[in-house]
Amino acid sequence: MIPAPFDYVAAESAAHALDLLENFGDDAKLLAGGHSLLPMMKLRLAAPAVLIDIGRLAELTGIRADGDELVIGAATPHAALAASDLIRAEAPLLAHSAAQVGDPQIRHRGTIGGSLAHADPAADLPMALVALGGSVDVLGQGGTRNVPAEDFFAGYFETVLEPGELIAAARVPRRPGAAWGYQKFVRRANDWAIVGAAAMDGRIALANMGPVPLRARAAEQALAGGANPAEAAELAADGTEPGEDVHASRAYREHLARVLTRRALEHRT
Amino acid sequence: MRVELTVNGQRRSDEVEPRLLLVHYLREVCGLRAANVGCDTTSCGACTVLLNGVSVKSCTVLTVQAAGQQVTTAEGLAAGGELHPVQAAFRQEHGLQCGFCTPGMVMAAVALLSENPNPTEAEVREGLEGNFCRCTGYHNIVRAVLAAAATPAAAVSVAGAVAGSVDGGPAEVSA
Repeated sequence: MIPAPFDYVAAESAAHALDLLENFGDDAKLLAGGHSLLPMMKLRLAAPAVLIDIGRLAELTGIRADGDELVIGAATPHAALAASDLIRAEAPLLAHSAAQVGDPQIRHRGTIGGSLAHADPAADLPMALVALGGSVDVLGQGGTRNVPAEDFFAGYFETVLEPGELIAAARVPRRPGAAWGYQKFVRRANDWAIVGAAAMDGRIALANMGPVPLRARAAEQALAGGANPAEAAELAADGTEPGEDVHASRAYREHLARVLTRRALEHRT
Repeated sequence: MRVELTVNGQRRSDEVEPRLLLVHYLREVCGLRAANVGCDTTSCGACTVLLNGVSVKSCTVLTVQAAGQQVTTAEGLAAGGELHPVQAAFRQEHGLQCGFCTPGMVMAAVALLSENPNPTEAEVREGLEGNFCRCTGYHNIVRAVLAAAATPAAAVSVAGAVAGSVDGGPAEVSA
């Protein structure tokens, strides 16, 4: 499978990428690892006229501490997150989540910014960022704005990124020692979650239980009110409207959400 | 557009379409046929090569994304006619059946051992989860990787391959 023809520009800086985005408008797509975009282009589900490559920009890559947060550059690959001593110590849920994406080769190329921008509700990192109470640094011509993770996802494969904006970084709280749980149900190795659940600090995030990664609010409230994990997990699917597909009916997804939430809460480490 | 990169230690400069996938560049422009096109959907791993020493699926990398970087294919592993320890171990342990997955499997194993020189069997199986053997010959493949890990020279040779200087330094090639 061969993508439709396009022009390719390697951005020299994030500012250059923004200028290119402004020049080319809707015809352009940003490229980092390309592990969501290129498969779509090969299937001709996407056919941008221009690719702006930000995958090798040092200013968008790397992991650093900033006060009480960790800042992960958008072009940082999953493998770097999974292997980072800082992430493993202070946001272990995120390191674990990154290690669940695809396989080693995919984790060498795919990036956190790409995964967030792609906004697949079944993906690992969007759910992880919501569970962590993280946020997204969005860069535009007017400067940087910070969007909480749960406000960042607007719909199925859709975010609140405006035309001309790019993801500069993801931010997560530094929480060494905080207990977390992570559960993902897949039909095959390496697959996307049929349903996923991640829990930390009284927050519960669900993958693939709707068009965006969701908070299991009813279960969270029950936990806060003193319910035990099993009781709280019974409410995990309340308020969700999961889709149906070849893998799972709506009722089955609701069942999975309850079971996986219970396991995520009971197996917090 | 013009792209300059290093393939198996040889510097190259080629005119390519931006949409040319790295696996097609390696096979059709460089004439290196080790990396196979299997699933073409980032699943099977038959097209695995090293990009700056880490394993990637070359069906999902644009050639232009590899500009200025080091690509290593299975052809680049054997130094001076000597099989790389991972290749030798695959032969010794009969880590193949039909052979189609083998070049990708070998490259994934080389990358795995460069990141984790002493893997457990479970870590080998996890580390090769991105590579499918449709003959289902996984037992001998895992055995081969463990045998390679026990070879003292494996880590040294891996480092050489990663640096892309198996024959003592880059040479100029132009097409």
